[in-house]
Amino acid sequence: MTTQEWKFTAKEIANKPDLFLPGHRACAGCVPATVLKLVMKATRGPTIVTEATGCMEVVSSIYPYTSWATPWLHTAFETAAANASGIEAALKIMKKKGRISQEHVDVIAIAGDGGTFDIGFQALSGAVERGHDFLFLLYDNEAYMNTGIQRSSGTPHGAATTTSPAGSSVPGKLEYKKPLADIMIAHNMEYVATASPYYWRDLITKVRKGLEVEGPAFLHVFAPCPRGWRSNPAKSIEYSKLAVETCVFPIWEAVNGNYKLSSPSKLLSLAPQKKKPVSDYLKGQGRFRHMFKPENKALLDEVQNITDKRWKQLLKKCNLS
Amino acid sequence: MTSKNKNWKEIAPAGVCSKSSKSFLTGDWKTYTPIRDVKKCVRCLTCVIFCPDGAINWVPDKKDIEFDMSYCKGCGICANECPTKAITMKLE
Ligand SMILES: Cc1ncc(C[n+]2csc(CCOP(=O)(O)OP(=O)(O)O)c2C)c(N)n1
Ligand code: SF4
Ligand code: SF4
Ligand code: SF4
Ligand SMILES: [Mg+2]
Repeated sequence: MTTQEWKFTAKEIANKPDLFLPGHRACAGCVPATVLKLVMKATRGPTIVTEATGCMEVVSSIYPYTSWATPWLHTAFETAAANASGIEAALKIMKKKGRISQEHVDVIAIAGDGGTFDIGFQALSGAVERGHDFLFLLYDNEAYMNTGIQRSSGTPHGAATTTSPAGSSVPGKLEYKKPLADIMIAHNMEYVATASPYYWRDLITKVRKGLEVEGPAFLHVFAPCPRGWRSNPAKSIEYSKLAVETCVFPIWEAVNGNYKLSSPSKLLSLAPQKKKPVSDYLKGQGRFRHMFKPENKALLDEVQNITDKRWKQLLKKCNLS
Repeated sequence: MTSKNKNWKEIAPAGVCSKSSKSFLTGDWKTYTPIRDVKKCVRCLTCVIFCPDGAINWVPDKKDIEFDMSYCKGCGICANECPTKAITMKLE
């Protein structure tokens, strides 16, 4: 990894031609779409993208249209990392045989939470174990949105989805969100990070760092979905800020397993009084509406407790407690 | 003719999306239109960065931003995030 960090202005980012184009069919206020637009602004040269089935794949490739101004491949739901492995291996051999002129081609695999935490996990784990040179970009909208809001192992505790409905017998999803980025660190990866699009400079910087790694890198990006979260589309970016400010989704990076909080989260570790209560983030989201009923007070308290507990564990990993 | 009679080099490449989605206009989806108060705008580009639909562009020659209503879906993110509250959403 290069030690010199890439510096850029908003104008430079705005001036850089889009590789993820307008005219895609994502819902109004879809943050995964903002995320992909920004991710592609971080590219440093020729780049091949491969995507798992999911909202972002579907909305960007409705026949005969494509929203990708770069080579792009889709095969199946579970195969983002397997595709990336094949692409990278093919590039290597083509370069060796002199069949491509490019000095280097970056490979980015993109998948949603379903395509990463669940069905795509073995392909991801295998590709990382084999050491393929690619960036895996997870946009986490916390459920299987494209097929109608089913729960995944990335859906947070208490959230109502169509397969974890909130009613009189169950108060939303019973299980807890899988700590996926930590699991990726356990693969002994050089670069693992989390990011949230409100902090767009941090997001773009992390994408670039992930591309610079010679070997696999993993980036977990928080991505509000107004359709599935039953929230106001105008507030989608604001939720990506509140999730960080409440420590529901802290942002950090781990280079060779050494955890380090990124500035917005670091600030909260230095000034804990600025950490907001989780209710500031949960309110306004239809998927958490039931939590604010008096009979579900215990659930709301529990979500606060889990958040605090995971935050403390993270501080410990960062040697901050 | 079945694919048995053709090798992989001969069969038509399946599922190749060849047209840019830029020719698919999504602007007619919206029920709200963003209206910018030019006097309040400080050209910080926050709206350009966050728009999910690439519907706000920075135009260097004009030293200004420009909305492209042919893609804007009226989500209101730009209005919500604008630091000077220069954008209001108007019902169409
Ligand atoms: C093997 C297989 N099982 C199920 C599906 C149906 N399917 C298509 S997209 C999708 C959900 C994708 O969820 P996620 O990865 O979280 O992406 P999102 O749509 O939320 O962006 C499912 C279940 C499929 N395409 N392939
Ligand atoms: S359902 Fe959610 S993730 Fe899918 S296109 Fe709509 S807003 Fe985006
Ligand atoms: S966010 Fe507001 S102030 Fe900044 S460029 Fe857009 S309209 Fe102007
Ligand atoms: S309303 Fe939404 S789609 Fe339209 S310009 Fe603003 S951010 Fe972009
Ligand atoms: Mg999802």
